[in-house]
Amino acid sequence: MQPSRTRTRGLLRRVTLPDSAHPLFRPPFRNYQFDSAYDEMFEAPGIPRPHYRALFQTLLDLPSEELRKSQQAAELSFLHQGITFTVYGNSEGTERVFPNDLLPRIIPHAEWRKIESGLTQRIAALNLFLEDIYHNGRILADGIVPKELVYTCRHFRREMRGLNVPRGIYVSICGTDLVRLPDGNFAVLEDNLRVPSGVSYMLANRKVLKKVFPTLFRDYGVCPVDHYAQALLATLRALTPPNFYGRHEPTVVLLTPGVFNSAYFEHTFLAQQMGIELVEGRDLLVHDNVVYMRTTAGLRRVDVIYRRVDDDFLDPLCFQRDSSLGVPGLFNAYRTGNVSLANAIGTGIADDKAVYAYVPAIIRYYLGEDPILANVPTYLLTDRSQQNYVLDHLDELVVKAVGESGGYGMLIGPQSTAEQREDFRRRIQAEPRNYIAQPTLSLSRAPCFLDGEAQARHVDLRPYILYGENVTLVPGGLTRVALRRGSLVVNSSQGGGSKDTWVLRA
Amino acid sequence: MTDHRETTMLSRVADNLYWMSRYLERAEHTARLIDVDLQLRLDQSPEAGSDRWLGLLKALQVPAPENVPLDAEILTHLLTLDRTNPSSIISCVAAARENLRQAREQCSSEMWEQLNRLFLQVKSTASSDCGLPDSHGFFRAVQDGAHLFQGITDSTMSHGEGWHYIQLGRFVERTEAVARLIGTHFIRLPHPLDQAVESEEYLEWVGLLKSCAAFQAYCKAHTAELRPLRVAEFLLLNPGFPHSIAFSVDRVHTALTAIAELTERKAEQPVRIAGRLRATLSFSQIDEIMASGAIAYVDSIRWQCAQAHTAIQQVYFDYSVESALVA
Repeated sequence: MQPSRTRTRGLLRRVTLPDSAHPLFRPPFRNYQFDSAYDEMFEAPGIPRPHYRALFQTLLDLPSEELRKSQQAAELSFLHQGITFTVYGNSEGTERVFPNDLLPRIIPHAEWRKIESGLTQRIAALNLFLEDIYHNGRILADGIVPKELVYTCRHFRREMRGLNVPRGIYVSICGTDLVRLPDGNFAVLEDNLRVPSGVSYMLANRKVLKKVFPTLFRDYGVCPVDHYAQALLATLRALTPPNFYGRHEPTVVLLTPGVFNSAYFEHTFLAQQMGIELVEGRDLLVHDNVVYMRTTAGLRRVDVIYRRVDDDFLDPLCFQRDSSLGVPGLFNAYRTGNVSLANAIGTGIADDKAVYAYVPAIIRYYLGEDPILANVPTYLLTDRSQQNYVLDHLDELVVKAVGESGGYGMLIGPQSTAEQREDFRRRIQAEPRNYIAQPTLSLSRAPCFLDGEAQARHVDLRPYILYGENVTLVPGGLTRVALRRGSLVVNSSQGGGSKDTWVLRA
Repeated sequence: MTDHRETTMLSRVADNLYWMSRYLERAEHTARLIDVDLQLRLDQSPEAGSDRWLGLLKALQVPAPENVPLDAEILTHLLTLDRTNPSSIISCVAAARENLRQAREQCSSEMWEQLNRLFLQVKSTASSDCGLPDSHGFFRAVQDGAHLFQGITDSTMSHGEGWHYIQLGRFVERTEAVARLIGTHFIRLPHPLDQAVESEEYLEWVGLLKSCAAFQAYCKAHTAELRPLRVAEFLLLNPGFPHSIAFSVDRVHTALTAIAELTERKAEQPVRIAGRLRATLSFSQIDEIMASGAIAYVDSIRWQCAQAHTAIQQVYFDYSVESALVA
């Protein structure tokens, strides 16, 4: 217990060096801070990593006034385009611009290749896992993953048992959160297999940066991301429902919960980029187990639904009864094979934070391979000895509710009050299955342009994985930034921002 | 079944575009009316005030507030920045934006940006403490913003089904608004029809024309001598002036014909109503209209307009599933 406590302190200790040790330390880097977290830009104070050298030089040469102007222009353009998100639980002024940082996060080609193969492996294994638990349950029978864990999960959908989904693909769109640990390796923090969002910010950030750093961008040789919408459409089209015959191309629509959803901008953006209809529940209806949309020219049959509505709200006849976001009868149409859904229903079981701990075992079981990307160590609180350890160390660990996302329902030990810890202790003891704990990770840090200078902030990385005819990763992703000094939480709802991610060509 | 890819339009989205356009037209109309009114007031004695306000409220179909003095500041606020009044400029612009937001993937991003900009501008005026610092500038900005939006719409959106709903909304709203305005004006200021108006009253008639952005166009056609009969003819029957009833109804009919063709719907009802109205207008003589009563005439136009609106709703936006399945 004692040693790990010192280690935590060590992580947060600031490394100070005399100014003379790094002559390159000029504005805007004068106040740039280092600690034991991995720094994306510098290998040592004042010495940039090779792939960051050109950006570093550009920033030294560029008057910070100019950067500030670019930043204001970018912010204004976001506001005018309405690139906003909604903060729940506050009525007036709920639309906020998602803060965007101008300094790109740069990832060398070799590192990206590893991420790509690691995530491809992961999505393949998770899909096999879902198919298995909704059919024969071999992995449960073999005792690799405990039965109770699966059957007690709120996101396990009994209704999906025995149902065959097109190509056996349950998760076609996935956004996986990666963090870089102090040793420089990427690890998977969590998988988002239900309705991951944020990809529109990846595209919007890129558009802004191309304007701000045109020459630098070209000279760097950055892999393009603009084909994402096209790849997404191809992925969705690959999911033609079983009873689809004769017609030329499947009709794909995007189902949104509506204008009050926090990601509504993204829904309109993707629909527009793909050239498909953006529908709400009230635009669809089911007749004889066939889904139609209500158009001005009459009813039109729908074949594939990219739904951005949670399982619970999809069909009031089957799931939450009071939902007005869904379409009555949709599940039966799905069961009959007249329509496909992406992602399938019931995928939340595989991104349950307790099941997460078993993903390395899941990969070995189905693929017979070692995981390419590591997991973060995770304590399962249903295990008595692990629970005791966690309860003794609440002030060092991060505790998360298994079914939550978006940074809600979390305890960050080192930044918590005694009261909060007591609250979580009670909650854990009452429902141990509902929580997991992880060590407080020191996320890597990258320079952000704040208050007219470069400051180090913690970042993560969410690449987007598409699985249709084959697995596609658009090189890049959303780098999320914890904009508050010292904060480790990058979620947009909790004061996070984002920056463009440049994956370099070979 | 053939695939009408380019004509697919969700009923809800069509509804959104239609209403977006109506609300924006309403905001523009309101801004113009108040602007003209405030200018006019400068030339008048303060006593002339309250019945003009009542007329203005009536023309905008806003119920007169109870228990408050009808003073300029209160009423201007009610009609411009009062969020609790659903017909105030800010409410209309917000409603237009909210409707377009739900149809964003159907419009061009330039359109959205323009309407969003207009909304932010109006909103920032509302949130500044000093109310309307430069009222003329504000009303001008709202009208310019709406005009710019229309220009952007015409040049960046393809003139397909969605564009026709926007036209439809704009001209249905305009027909109603101009008809109402003419009605309230003729009730308030009965004047010998074929005599030139003079002095104090002259300004009122200029005001009517300016409220329809028609003063200059009228002068070109009939010189600055204002005769009620000519004014009525100009605003009701002029086929070439964009704020006249005849022009607006013609556009409504054109839009409905185009939509019926694009959707291949058997939609006799809306087209028939608009066509009948259009025919009535093109074969009407102003003397006959005035002889049988201008007020009754504009009321009947408004009534037919409301009928067309209901028919559009029933055929395109809110049809029953059974009827669609049979078809």
